[in-house]
Amino acid sequence: MRIFLLLACCAVTISAAYWAYNENYRTQAALKRINKLQTQIANEREAISVLNAEWAYLNRPERLRDLVDLNFSDLLLVPLSSDHFGETENIAYPRQREIQVIDPISVQGVLEEAKP
Amino acid sequence: MIRTPLRPLARVLDAREKGENPDVIEAQERAKRNQVIQSKIRHRAEFRLVVLGVAFFLAFGTIGARMAILASSEAQEPRSTASSSRILNQRADIVDRNGAVLATNLATTALYGQPPLMVDPEKAANGLADIFPDLDRKRLVADFTGGKRKFLWVKKKLSPEQRQQVYDLGEPGLLFGPREMRLYPNGRLAAHILGGASFGKEGVSSAEVIGIAGVEKQFDELLRSPELDGRALELSIDLTAQSTLRHVLSGGMKLMRAKGAAAVLMDVQTGEILSMVSLPDFDPNNRPLPPVKGDPSQSPLFNRAAQGVYELGSTFKLFTAAASLERGLVTLDTMIDTKGPIRAGGFKISDFHPMGPELPVREVIVQSSNIGTARIALAAGTDVQKAILSDMGFFEPVNVELGEASHAWPLYPKKWTDLSTMTISYGHGFAATPLHLASAYATLVNGGYRVEPTLLRQTKPRPTGKQVLSAKTSAQIRGLMRQVVVRGTASLGEAEGYEVGGKTGTADKPNPSGGYYENKVISTFASAFPMSDPKYVLVVTLDEPSIDAYGEERRTAGWTAVPVAAEIITRLAPILGLRPTVDEAGAMDYTQAKN
Repeated sequence: MRIFLLLACCAVTISAAYWAYNENYRTQAALKRINKLQTQIANEREAISVLNAEWAYLNRPERLRDLVDLNFSDLLLVPLSSDHFGETENIAYPRQREIQVIDPISVQGVLEEAKP
Repeated sequence: MIRTPLRPLARVLDAREKGENPDVIEAQERAKRNQVIQSKIRHRAEFRLVVLGVAFFLAFGTIGARMAILASSEAQEPRSTASSSRILNQRADIVDRNGAVLATNLATTALYGQPPLMVDPEKAANGLADIFPDLDRKRLVADFTGGKRKFLWVKKKLSPEQRQQVYDLGEPGLLFGPREMRLYPNGRLAAHILGGASFGKEGVSSAEVIGIAGVEKQFDELLRSPELDGRALELSIDLTAQSTLRHVLSGGMKLMRAKGAAAVLMDVQTGEILSMVSLPDFDPNNRPLPPVKGDPSQSPLFNRAAQGVYELGSTFKLFTAAASLERGLVTLDTMIDTKGPIRAGGFKISDFHPMGPELPVREVIVQSSNIGTARIALAAGTDVQKAILSDMGFFEPVNVELGEASHAWPLYPKKWTDLSTMTISYGHGFAATPLHLASAYATLVNGGYRVEPTLLRQTKPRPTGKQVLSAKTSAQIRGLMRQVVVRGTASLGEAEGYEVGGKTGTADKPNPSGGYYENKVISTFASAFPMSDPKYVLVVTLDEPSIDAYGEERRTAGWTAVPVAAEIITRLAPILGLRPTVDEAGAMDYTQAKN
């Protein structure tokens, strides 16, 4: 009986040691991976901040104004002024789709479609 | 263990035979036994003490050793925990009210040299001088080859191209340190508001970025603290408005041949400064050093809008009028004696052009009569004048989030005589910043509530300030301001559809050697729009403007500051999303003011 107990204890100890050994290596691998990812994240963040700064720099009002002046012939952009405001009533309704009747049989369907 | 009996028979019998008391033997035996027990107990206790001592020693030793290790080792970030937040020791960005970036950080490198590690110091020095033309070649060679210097900073910020060029020198004694640098992508645009930043304590692996002026300095702690947690500091500035204002103002400044210019655009309700420009300005990315000689107020670093105290001229007349109207001393129709000039204490008060024998209060303001205003102020008294100026915040620096502004104390006479009252009534002998004027005008037109200017975007409505004028007086003043533009001194100030109202002010520039210049003025136009329900105040100040119009050199605000302000409003109002209104040539406002 005693020998069985002893053997069982040994088996448990060995398997626990094996588990701990594995776990240790897995943890280390995970930490390494985290490290790598953190570096990657930091690099990405730095890249984002550089891109943000670049975006802000390229969109600075002074440059945009110069670009508008340069491309005036194509864009015809002028500074916003008070006569650029309009009334909503002045906006035209979209033009009705013209119903083309080619085949008398399809008239029914086209009319129904046009109802709403 | 053999237990010794307490009364050993042999000894007891022996003692009985000798006639001794056998109890003595028992006592002896008992004492012996007790002694054994005692010593056992003592041993055990001693053992426990030792064990406890060792345990304590080990525990404290472990803690001590751990502390020593922590103290002597390099700090390391906890890697195993997932960090969702950004790097927290980074200085926070600054953005405008719509989220456009005004200041951000950029990773860069600093270059330092270690001459003892250098292979060919002279070649390295010459190579560096070729890459950076601003470095002193001779000094660099001397520093590198002298043998005294073990370490020196060469350049604080390097562009990637320059860095590559330095790499290409192949010199092992030239090393790079990572740096965070402050970048202002919009350049000069909001230079005076942002201020600038520079490096504080420097190390090889990092350097502190500290704000040295403007908002950067004011909010230095906040920008550096983790409190913002990756969020940006939101200013009240509107980048588009700021850009437009600067563009138009600098154009106007050139056209009017002015030396300098300043403008403030402020929300009349919240006091948010949407735009503040002072010209000439500078590039905060490359902030110039403060001038060592000359007048600091002429330096581009000087914020004319928040720091410069100027006599703001006739713009003060509205305060005189408001004070008297508020207290019921006059109505808009009260006739005022405008015969002049007034002579007092060797001083002559006269008008720009003769106004006739008398004018109603309304016309005194609209036509900007110094004599009339002086008489209104004199009739009301010095205390009334002081009270209104104090209510408008003219006796203390403007409480805005700019360190520079807190030193800009308005200038006023120590001895406030009747003459002072008269001259101050039309803005002479009292100097304040354009920012003071903007917040006072906001109070005049917003129904009489005090406004504290702010540079931070207000997400919730601010508590209303103290009411210093009644709604009725405010409405009357609005009517007057509109009339000044419709048919008064600011007739060039109309911006189609935006009902501009305002008051001009032209003040002679004080001569540093005493008295005033004959032909140098500060011209100011303080305006609000749209006058039927004012949303914004705009103060434009030009330093020494002059323009030739109709064959004459003209300096008054009506010819200089007013057209610039009108152009600014024409351009700005649509950007600010104001709908133009159809204005009935001011007739409506006129009747409104009467009521």
